[in-house]
Amino acid sequence: MDFLTLLQISDSSVRLAIPLLLACLAGLYSERAGIFDIGLEGKMLAAAFAAGAFAAVTGNVWVGLLAGIGASLILSAIHGVASITFRGNQLISGVAINMLAAGMTVLIAQRWFQQGGRTPSLTGDGRLNPITLPFADMFESIPLFGPTYKELISGHSVLVYLALALVPLTWWVLYRTRFGLRLRAVGENPASVDTAGVSVVRLRFTAVMICGVLCGVAGAYLATGLQAGFIKDMTAGRGFIALAALIFAKWRPWYALWACLLFGFLQAVAVRFQSIEIAGVVIPVQLMEALPFILTVIILAGFVGRAIPPRAGGEPYIKER
Amino acid sequence: MTKMPLWADAILVPLISLFLAAILSALVILGIGENPVEAFNLMVDGALKRSAGWGYTLYYTTNYIFTGLAVAVAFHARLFNIGGEGQAMIGGVGVALICLYIPWPHWTLAIFGASVGAALFGAAWAFIPAYLQAKRGSHVVITTIMFNYIAFSVLGYLLVEVLRPAGSMDPASATFPEATHLPNFHDMFAPEGSRMFRGAPANVTFFLSLAACVLVWLLIWRTKLGYDIRSFGKSETAAKYAGISPLRITVIAMLISGALAGMMSVNTTLGESERLILNSTEGAGFVGIAVALMGRNHPIGILMAALLFGFLNQGGAELALWTNIPRELIVVIQALVILLTGALDNMVRMPLERLFLSLRKKDTV
Repeated sequence: MDFLTLLQISDSSVRLAIPLLLACLAGLYSERAGIFDIGLEGKMLAAAFAAGAFAAVTGNVWVGLLAGIGASLILSAIHGVASITFRGNQLISGVAINMLAAGMTVLIAQRWFQQGGRTPSLTGDGRLNPITLPFADMFESIPLFGPTYKELISGHSVLVYLALALVPLTWWVLYRTRFGLRLRAVGENPASVDTAGVSVVRLRFTAVMICGVLCGVAGAYLATGLQAGFIKDMTAGRGFIALAALIFAKWRPWYALWACLLFGFLQAVAVRFQSIEIAGVVIPVQLMEALPFILTVIILAGFVGRAIPPRAGGEPYIKER
Repeated sequence: MTKMPLWADAILVPLISLFLAAILSALVILGIGENPVEAFNLMVDGALKRSAGWGYTLYYTTNYIFTGLAVAVAFHARLFNIGGEGQAMIGGVGVALICLYIPWPHWTLAIFGASVGAALFGAAWAFIPAYLQAKRGSHVVITTIMFNYIAFSVLGYLLVEVLRPAGSMDPASATFPEATHLPNFHDMFAPEGSRMFRGAPANVTFFLSLAACVLVWLLIWRTKLGYDIRSFGKSETAAKYAGISPLRITVIAMLISGALAGMMSVNTTLGESERLILNSTEGAGFVGIAVALMGRNHPIGILMAALLFGFLNQGGAELALWTNIPRELIVVIQALVILLTGALDNMVRMPLERLFLSLRKKDTV
């Protein structure tokens, strides 16, 4: 494997890791507040469709992004009402949201564009265009650093840099602000937060809505950045890989970044090589695809460092009467 | 004191939820510019007014009975098995191996062997999540989701690299021998020369699924094991004090659940496609969740709910054939049913409970 191939794989690892990272951070806010969210997949899918559709109709990717966030927020609101207001089962609500998104996106896409459940291909300003960082061309002649800077660091769309910036931001919000302290507390012991006079319901709704916004950005990036338009079921399990990354990272932001980069790398390798041979053993592409899930099960099993979820996760809070 | 009479809890609440889901679905159909009444008539025509329509409806019903029972048995132990899809896929591998490598003389023996294979493979696929939940506290929902994806990769690998006959491009196994052909409804019920049930996939496995309903009812309500499962589901601490081992019950309940989900592949793999294909489950594992919720985890309820979803699935296929409404409408309806009967259950239940309480107060005064 030469340097250029390595660079290209790193580059596509980053690209593929970004939607995972955004969805993973989305799940982090929600689950840290004690609301399990297995509906990341559905929210991303709905956002991808809305972003693809509105960007195609208006020719403006930013309108698409807003529409994506809006679509994802609607599903978040359903999840919030079901699991916070009516104290329903958060996992069942998540399943319903995934199915709702899978069905509704195709129904609306077919009605709107008559292209068999896809949106028209995006061109020009309908897509997220890559940003070339300054000096990319100037540095190009420098060996190793030049191409790395040009291929890997420069030349991504703005959402990529945004997603990467969200990692330290999330860390700061979670561990250095009052809101973050309360958010973590409400996921561990909501009664204590309630006793302190802070509204559990409002905190949890805020967390669920932040989750909605981030899933919206993730979906919009899928449809307008990674690909040019929405196609049926385009999330292809990314929401669950993000969930796996979240567990892998034990619900911590920096680890989430590394987990998503690892899973992005696995996807990039699976896309580029159908099967690879390492030391005479052929590794089938299916193993690469399944590896994120296998690793997560191993982590969950606690054989390599135990993953303990927020203690009040999945349980509706009932105020004492 | 219960807040509601039993009949209201078992029948009224699901019916109201279903009614709400129907209204919302009608609004969705209106929203995409079609007429809900016409759509409903078309679905009834296509699924219930012709024998072939019934043949498809009952074929899907068979799948949903198995996956619905699978989810319900786990629910009784308060375990949420989302892995029906993966367990059914791996169950299909069991069916294929048994039918391809053992020369069965007659279908009666083949269906027995295939059922054992499907149940064993499905149960095995549920075992690791069950064991991890019981022993290491890893959330069974998350692990079963992960196992769905792993199952898909395993199935893909087996079909592309191992089971695919030489020279074939399809990711599918070889066709099973002629002797394993299960009699379908056309073979069984159509008089000589009649077109009744022709071309429809419903087969003898339907009766196997009815038997599974009876067996699950016996298991849950008439055996000691069923009692243990239910008490474990109601209160883990109480069950522990009563000497019920959480490890044992968690693993057994999930094994039964996985076996039932795996059994679905007898219907799809042996009964219909007669070879192992990549997408034979078609989301039935997830529909099982809706079926179990709707049917209140009781075999009779599950049978009715499975019939309803079988009808919806076949009706939806007809709609996609004759109108501009894509098949995904059915997925939306399923999602609405899961949302309303599962997650938003309290939305329907709380006002009803208040209503019954106020009625009772009036009686006592």
